Amino acid sequence: MKILVCMKQVPQKDAPLKLNETGTWIREDISYEVNEPDAYALEEALRQKEKHSGEVVVITAGPARAQQVLREALAKGADRAIHLEDNAFVGLDAYSTARAFAAAIKDETFDLIFTGLQSDDYGYAQTGVILAELMGWPHATIIMQIEKKDAGIRVKRELEAGYFQFVDMTLPAVLTIQSGINKLRYATLIGIKQAKNKPLRKVTLPEVQSAIGGNLQKIERLYVPQKTKKTEFLEGPAGEVAKKLVEKLRNEARVL
Amino acid sequence: MPDTILVVVEQREGKLNRVSWETLTAGQALAADTGWALEAAVVGSGVASLADEISGKKLAKVYALESSKLEPYTPDAFAVALKQFITSKQPSLVLMPHTYQVRDFVPKLATAIERTAISDCIGYRKDGDKLLFTRQMFQGKLAADVSFTCDAPWFVTFQNGAFRSDKLEAGTSAAPVETVNVDISEGVIRNKPQEVFKEAKQAVDLTQAEIIVAVGRGIKEQKNIEMAKQLAEALGGELAASRPICDSGWLPMDRQIGSSGQTVAPKLYLALGISGAIQHIVGMKGARTIVAVNKDSEAPIFEIADYAVVGNLFDVVPPLIEEVKKAKTGG
Repeated sequence: MKILVCMKQVPQKDAPLKLNETGTWIREDISYEVNEPDAYALEEALRQKEKHSGEVVVITAGPARAQQVLREALAKGADRAIHLEDNAFVGLDAYSTARAFAAAIKDETFDLIFTGLQSDDYGYAQTGVILAELMGWPHATIIMQIEKKDAGIRVKRELEAGYFQFVDMTLPAVLTIQSGINKLRYATLIGIKQAKNKPLRKVTLPEVQSAIGGNLQKIERLYVPQKTKKTEFLEGPAGEVAKKLVEKLRNEARVL
Repeated sequence: MPDTILVVVEQREGKLNRVSWETLTAGQALAADTGWALEAAVVGSGVASLADEISGKKLAKVYALESSKLEPYTPDAFAVALKQFITSKQPSLVLMPHTYQVRDFVPKLATAIERTAISDCIGYRKDGDKLLFTRQMFQGKLAADVSFTCDAPWFVTFQNGAFRSDKLEAGTSAAPVETVNVDISEGVIRNKPQEVFKEAKQAVDLTQAEIIVAVGRGIKEQKNIEMAKQLAEALGGELAASRPICDSGWLPMDRQIGSSGQTVAPKLYLALGISGAIQHIVGMKGARTIVAVNKDSEAPIFEIADYAVVGNLFDVVPPLIEEVKKAKTGG
């Protein structure tokens, strides 16, 4: 099976976020990491390849720093990488990003495309499904298991409140992968060494610009959310804080 | 043609989920602010009685989009049915609840008519004539006001709990109901869904717990869960967790709180080392009193906490267990 994994670099989970001068995006002088569900998508692709042979290709859109995500993926076992490299990709909406990906892979043939179920920065949860529609492929979202069948695949979809559903699908198809579908591997030293010689194709913005068009939605303003609740911060040594808290839970909140 | 707002509600086995009613409330609020007409649509097979139920609310019209091919749900059938309907009716705004099912088909539907969805919104506001939709970004650490830069129809999905279903206004008389038989040709539906099932018997029903102690990534190692368990026991409550803890297998899946786990509203919710990603918050924000302990002072969990402790949970929890025990025995 030939599998494409769409990956994204996002701010590290505990990175302190500061707004830029125009209040439309964050200042980018922070640490980044791979979007967590995308790491699971990559792991699942590697496992499928180990079972059924084939190829795993990783793709990302973002500035030069985003290459780190591809390097890590190659070190873990991906065969090659595609980097849509430009600062402008950070500001694309899900529709434009999916169109850029579709344009970048127009000469390739894949059996499956994986994405994480959503990103930790925008959190739209849309790019994979849009890509499926652009490719004319069927899709399934929030996937917790993939099993190859004679004529396609059977996937396990996670539904809400602890429910699941198996879905039989034909290939090619797009799947959005849920965190926790598998156990992530670490890159080995040998893997890291080998990654340096694996092919990484760069795609510039002008190459895909005509396919992207313009964003259909726009962030007018980004801001620190207003608190809707009055929060009381308890300070002091741990012992005192514990005492204060129990007192408040008994006398103010009356829940003890 | 006058502008309309269309709310597409979600039904399962002849019942609407709560967030669908909430989205109707959002539709009424937007209709009042814009002067646009509010309409609703139910999609499925045999949904006429549900359409009747909705017609009692304050809105102009209810449509029942009917086809035997809409049951069971598939993204292909839903996207085709709604594309036909929306293309012919041309509503300005299409609102839906941000459920797993809507997430599965709405990006496909919007793309099929070269439009976009602003997803997972928690509110809206009007800036002159412009509608801005508020959504959380960066796992809830920041919020954004987002506008459409394309022509209508505009798709918006609202997060669970963003509006209140008890604010939904009844109509003075029942709104007209129209059944629309949608045409879904052979071969449109590619996926073959099987029966919906529950993984294992739910061993614990956290929805009944009055006190919940929940742990997140901040607990660091599996062995540290014991400490949280002791606190839960001292409080006479249940132990629960955010998704990463259950993904790691440190606690069973049936103790997971959040969009993919259980939704709870206990008297007291103690969040230990939980940053408060949106997917967790939607499962517990109905708690009466929320206590959060986290070392990151900017963790979004503090936004909804009543009592907050910025600090190391390993320092705070042991004395807390002692104080709780004292309070319980001391009376």
